[in-house]
Amino acid sequence: MNSITSAVDSKMVCYHCGNDCKDEDIYEDEKHFCCSGCFTVYDILKDNNLCGYYDINSNAGVSLKSKNFKGKFDYLAEKSIEAELLSYQDEHIAKVILNVPSIHCSSCVWLLENFPKILKGVISARLNFVKKELALDFDPNIVSLKDIVELMATLGYEPQINLESTGKLKIIDHETRRLLFKIGVTGFCAGNIMMMSFPEYFNLDLSNQLDATYQRFFLYFNFILALPVFFYGASDYLKGAYYSILENLKGNSKILSVDIPIALGISALFLRSTFETFFSQKAGYWDSMAGLVLFLLVGKWVQQVTFNYLSFDRSYKSYFPLAVKVKNESTQYKNVNGLAKGDIFFIHHQELIPTDAVLLNGNALIDYSFVTGESKPVKKLKGETVFAGGRQVAEQIELLVQKPVSTSYLTQLWNNESFLKEKKIPTTELANAFSKYFTYLTILIALLVGIYWKFNDPSLIWPSVTAVLMVACPCALTLSLPFTMNTTMSIFGKNKFFVKNQGVIQQLSEIDTIVFDKTGTLTEANKGEVRWVGNLNKYDESLIYSVVSQSVHPLSKLVTNYLSLSSPLEVNYIFELKGQGIEAIVDGVSVKVGRLDFVNGQTNNAQDSEVHISIADNYKGFFTIEPRFRSSWKTLLTNFKKTFDLSLLSGDNNKMENFLKPVFGRNMRFNQTPQNKLDYIKELQSAGKKVMMIGDGLNDAGALRESKIGIALTEDVQAFSPSCDAILDANKFENLGDYVAFSKTALNIVKLSFLLSVVYNIVGVGWAASGNLSPVLAAIFMPLSTLSVVFFAVGLTWLTARLRKLV
Amino acid sequence: MEVIIVLVILAILIAGGFLAAFFWATKDGQFDDTFSPSVRILMDNDREENKKH
Repeated sequence: MNSITSAVDSKMVCYHCGNDCKDEDIYEDEKHFCCSGCFTVYDILKDNNLCGYYDINSNAGVSLKSKNFKGKFDYLAEKSIEAELLSYQDEHIAKVILNVPSIHCSSCVWLLENFPKILKGVISARLNFVKKELALDFDPNIVSLKDIVELMATLGYEPQINLESTGKLKIIDHETRRLLFKIGVTGFCAGNIMMMSFPEYFNLDLSNQLDATYQRFFLYFNFILALPVFFYGASDYLKGAYYSILENLKGNSKILSVDIPIALGISALFLRSTFETFFSQKAGYWDSMAGLVLFLLVGKWVQQVTFNYLSFDRSYKSYFPLAVKVKNESTQYKNVNGLAKGDIFFIHHQELIPTDAVLLNGNALIDYSFVTGESKPVKKLKGETVFAGGRQVAEQIELLVQKPVSTSYLTQLWNNESFLKEKKIPTTELANAFSKYFTYLTILIALLVGIYWKFNDPSLIWPSVTAVLMVACPCALTLSLPFTMNTTMSIFGKNKFFVKNQGVIQQLSEIDTIVFDKTGTLTEANKGEVRWVGNLNKYDESLIYSVVSQSVHPLSKLVTNYLSLSSPLEVNYIFELKGQGIEAIVDGVSVKVGRLDFVNGQTNNAQDSEVHISIADNYKGFFTIEPRFRSSWKTLLTNFKKTFDLSLLSGDNNKMENFLKPVFGRNMRFNQTPQNKLDYIKELQSAGKKVMMIGDGLNDAGALRESKIGIALTEDVQAFSPSCDAILDANKFENLGDYVAFSKTALNIVKLSFLLSVVYNIVGVGWAASGNLSPVLAAIFMPLSTLSVVFFAVGLTWLTARLRKLV
Repeated sequence: MEVIIVLVILAILIAGGFLAAFFWATKDGQFDDTFSPSVRILMDNDREENKKH
């Protein structure tokens, strides 16, 4: 059988997850496993003949260390809760779509799609890797959703089930599909029009009866092909221009949308070409028109490319459990949304309290770090109110609901107006700003050209004026923005900085104020500097080490790392009282580790980031854990300080005030509630500041939403992050300054390419004004200018990124 | 030489078939997830694993 030994050799790598088998080593089948969880997965896979999992990617598994799912999914056994998750159900089949964040490689796809082989009753499993969604069909008579979810969790693929997952159906992105259809149709027509136009360019001999027949055929065929391009492909631009003109005439808006010069150009092309086709029997500019519309649509498609697998719009709902255990005769579990005043429910160790409630029974030790950023758990007595968003760190408690979930203290934040209105995203603002001058200038030039020819050669009025409108169409102008921004977005993505959309990059370049959250943003979450206060000898140290190394509590882990001895003593007896401490007998000596009141019965004020020790009933002292600041925070902030106003908002107390003063000066606020944070940002912005907020927790959600740009800092980009405009991997925090600087560069590149396209336009308009723009010339010049501007913009973006070592 | 006209129309019809195929594929959701199919194709469905006991 498998043997569990304390590994001395730390080079052993877990066959399942690839982690070091440092603390524990299970040896089986000539393979090492770092914990029993990993071994269990291997065992299940082996029994089901699915070890191919490891052939696709070695050490592909998800580490299962310190995971405990027992009872976690019991609520799924409740039929009404289960039904809410299912997207379809009848007697023989049930369908569900589960979000599985831990999917990360091809082995995952293989294993999860082989799910029917592992669990009887599962009919099919299909994975969408990009969205990390697993669509399962199963027979509800054979297997229940609870069994499926439990097995998935055991295998390391725990589905994310929260208040938001209810009634979730596959959402089809109709907008993107419509755009794809348009690109398909326009591309088809453009290609064929180009083919049909070739004979004309190679000078057909119109005196030849045969050639003349073909020429007519090609002409009319081109016209037919051009109809869908104009009426279907370009419809958005025509409509956009129409509405923009309408708004201007009504006086509602002074902005001339960039759609106007585009629509003007496309219409000029269409009308002129129709005229040429039917009245002069000459080839029109059909190929130029089709090519132009195709380019524009591709640009539009590029513009809406985002990071599909990341979620930028999360409300409190994605943090809350779907159901809680209630004290009720008819049902055991109840959907959190259905909780009403007077309901009694239970919260287990490490569960989140979904609504404001009164404590009825049990030892409540609530960690509000999630809501306030304050890292110390608060002790609550019977009859006291506990607020939504707190996490119970002691054992099970019994609570009486005071308010329904949607009106609780915490969720009120989401009723704030800043959550109700859609955040304005200025994707076309820059182009629109240009377009204002552009439209008037184009019309002016066209008029001047018309007047000139009226006096010199009236026969050229019509060709030259339409040619000016055609050539002046700001195609290159509108394309350079999405392509530059798209390139920048992917460069940022490679650097683990994920922006929600292209508009965010533009806004990033405009900010002048940066507001930081403290806990979890400037300091590292769940990490701390350990300091010992008191007296300890070597023997005491090894006693303590033997105890804390047995515990998975974060504080114990920190102390374990701090002591890091190699040989633990023999533990005779150990008992961990959750949220209190550990009681043990090691080497015949009784050892108590934990809160002060647990260790020697006294109480003190600042006891929660302290680990007190008593050995043989003798109080020895305590370890204090101070938050550790991110390694490069000072350099980054000092650099920022040169160009930006900096502020600090912390839900924590002002213990660190003096330490932070050199950087933030007087712009520091402590003991801030989520609402305070939001109001502070609002205050700054109403004073005309453009604020970027950087935070990590739900307590920053309001501020992140209210600020011009909210950046969520997270240790794991797949994990929960509050509603924001960009997600930054915590390891890349030090590079934030580079990203802000690069966003400015990107915008300059856009402006530079605007300039280039204006140069092209001047050349083209000069040509057009002379009345000599032949269809062939237009067909070569227009796409060439567009493409060269796009290549210029994208190339320059990559080049600067490379010079700055971002790629 | 009228055959050219026939050919052109024929060519358009064939290309139109592909356009229809593109429409179908888009509607079917084939462009929604572009990663998993590339993995799926490499999987052997019923492979016997050598048991290492």
